[in-house]
Amino acid sequence: MNETANPPATPETSEGPRAKITARNVNVHYGDKHALKDVSVDVPEKGVMAFIGPSGCGKSTFLRCINRMNDTIPICRVTGDLRMDGRDIYEPGLDPVLLRARVGMVFQKPNPFPKSIYENVAYGPRLHGLARDRTELDEIVLGALKKASLFDEVKDRLKDSGTSLSGGQQQRLCIARAIAVRPEVILMDEPCSALDPIATAKIEELIDELRSNFTIVIVTHSMQQAARVSQRTAFFHLGKLIEDGVTDQIFMNPRQELTRNYITGRFG
Amino acid sequence: MSLIYFSLLLLMSGFAYVLARGRAAEGARGATFHSRPAYHGLLAGAIVALPMFAVFAIGSFLTGFAAERQALAALDPALVADPLRRGAALRQIADLAAGRPVAGDLSALTAAVETWRSVRQIAIAAIYALGLASGVAGLLFALRRIAPDFKARNRFERLVSIFLMLCAGIAVLTTVGIVFSVVFETFRFFQRVSPVEFLTGTHWSPQTAIRADQGGSSGAFGIVPLLTGTLLISTIAMLVAGPIGLFAAIYMAEYASPRFRAIAKPVLEILAGIPTVVLGFFAALTIAPLIRVTGQALGLDVASESALAAGLVMGMMIIPFVSSLSDDVITAVPQSLRDGSLGLGATKSETIKRVILPAALPGIVSAFMLAISRAVGETMIVVMAAGLAANLTFNPLDAVTTFTVQIKTILVGDQEFDSAKTLAAFALGFVLFFFTLTLNVIALAIIRKYREQYD
Repeated sequence: MNETANPPATPETSEGPRAKITARNVNVHYGDKHALKDVSVDVPEKGVMAFIGPSGCGKSTFLRCINRMNDTIPICRVTGDLRMDGRDIYEPGLDPVLLRARVGMVFQKPNPFPKSIYENVAYGPRLHGLARDRTELDEIVLGALKKASLFDEVKDRLKDSGTSLSGGQQQRLCIARAIAVRPEVILMDEPCSALDPIATAKIEELIDELRSNFTIVIVTHSMQQAARVSQRTAFFHLGKLIEDGVTDQIFMNPRQELTRNYITGRFG
Repeated sequence: MSLIYFSLLLLMSGFAYVLARGRAAEGARGATFHSRPAYHGLLAGAIVALPMFAVFAIGSFLTGFAAERQALAALDPALVADPLRRGAALRQIADLAAGRPVAGDLSALTAAVETWRSVRQIAIAAIYALGLASGVAGLLFALRRIAPDFKARNRFERLVSIFLMLCAGIAVLTTVGIVFSVVFETFRFFQRVSPVEFLTGTHWSPQTAIRADQGGSSGAFGIVPLLTGTLLISTIAMLVAGPIGLFAAIYMAEYASPRFRAIAKPVLEILAGIPTVVLGFFAALTIAPLIRVTGQALGLDVASESALAAGLVMGMMIIPFVSSLSDDVITAVPQSLRDGSLGLGATKSETIKRVILPAALPGIVSAFMLAISRAVGETMIVVMAAGLAANLTFNPLDAVTTFTVQIKTILVGDQEFDSAKTLAAFALGFVLFFFTLTLNVIALAIIRKYREQYD
């Protein structure tokens, strides 16, 4: 994003590291509904950026634009300029399947496949031919499980079904599954909303460990979670990006009245 | 007579409902009632209707019994001693009493008819009297029980649950009854023909066993040709319906636009609704000649009735089964699994192959099982298209026959019910029943296992 002519959406971006993802005037329509309005934001490389805002504010919609998961919804239309490493994500020549190999996703509800724990993690590497033989595949799978801090809990039962794990373990399995493809970006759509506080704490710890290797974008309902895990935060309201910046600044000293009201719990 | 009785029953029951509800509503103004007035009404209605119904049911049974007994007493004892003539006489008496025309010499029956009539008249009068009395008694009883703390709602709901239980019981008892009758007749068959011979014999020709002295010794009751015929036709049917049904289901569930789906699904269901007899003459008049002509062009010897024709059309018949059930299980795979796979960079077809089909596999297998048991039990198409010849062959171009067709052939027309031939039908039915039951049990077990995965 060095060659862009547009000015950055907010002055703070220049302070941080290089932007991995840049959005300029991104609009999303679901049929007649204008779900996302002129969103411009930079997601810096390596680190955690949190999207917060009340329900229906468009934060998940924006997240799903980044790996083009919205393509699977027929009535959804995305316009504007959305780039990763300077390349237009929506250019006609770009294969969304290849994009999704570079941009992994973790969903709100843990969704392990009804296969063994090993097969769950091996799924992505097999698809993309990342391993030449069984030994390499073992390495990738075990490495991903270790990075997702799940290995110690499941090392004796890799053949068991992924659905037999507890909710928090399932979610870490899904993170391992995403990591195994060696993506550059990991999108997390409210990854802890279906988990209890202890499982949530483990996931947050994991996110903190992963941030040195991946660019992580997390959508969350919990402002405490955003404050704990992210370095940058963007606040969405009614389909608009109200404000984004360094997390501490957003929470301590927001520039917008709306952000302050949301953070202090006056609505949302 | 029963029409009048039941109108009366409904009238009294309705009257009890209105009266009791009114009473309860009136009472509820002064005191707090446990149950709402409607429940008091419903309970009163039931208390009136049930005894009246019981009087009618028991009374009708006793009436028939008593009338028959008295009428027989008035007949010539020699006639009564012969079971055939006794049955005929009773039918004639009933017809005469009802005023239907009866042929033959009836002078011997006049006294009996008179007795029959008078017994019935008395009995019917008694039923009315008892019924009305029990209705009125029920009404008075119900009205007296209306009180603030009377739990009419609980009582009524209890009655409803007993009624539901009875309905369920009838369904279960019917099944048990049918199974027992088949098992019993099968047992009788095996007293004449040894089970070993039945299960392993390679020659099926029940017609030769009409005379009792030929019975088992003729060796005509080997079911192996029927088994191979059934398996052959079912296999052909599944080879047609399995792939087509499954691929159609995948297309409908994953690729088809909602508009196409909205049209195609009902059309497929119409295919399921075509009577099999219609499919049967389609098979016999269109498909079978087509196969024969094609076969002759290729220099093959094709029978005019062939397993292939029956199997192909039977396959068409069960396509909707396979596709509609498979479509359901594929659609039931959670969207989150699709998202998860797509989010990892899988294409749509990779997602279907590697995630959706494996997840839906138990359901698909059980859909196939149910389709097979349909195919095995199908009769009309085979009767019309595959013939009756019990050939022991795996050549799909030959005429073959199946369990169902043989059962039908054996039992069509007048039969005496104690020959080995007729009893063989029950034995065949038992084998068929055992076969489809096994398939269904396996299918249900798989479905149950599959359900546990997502709950």
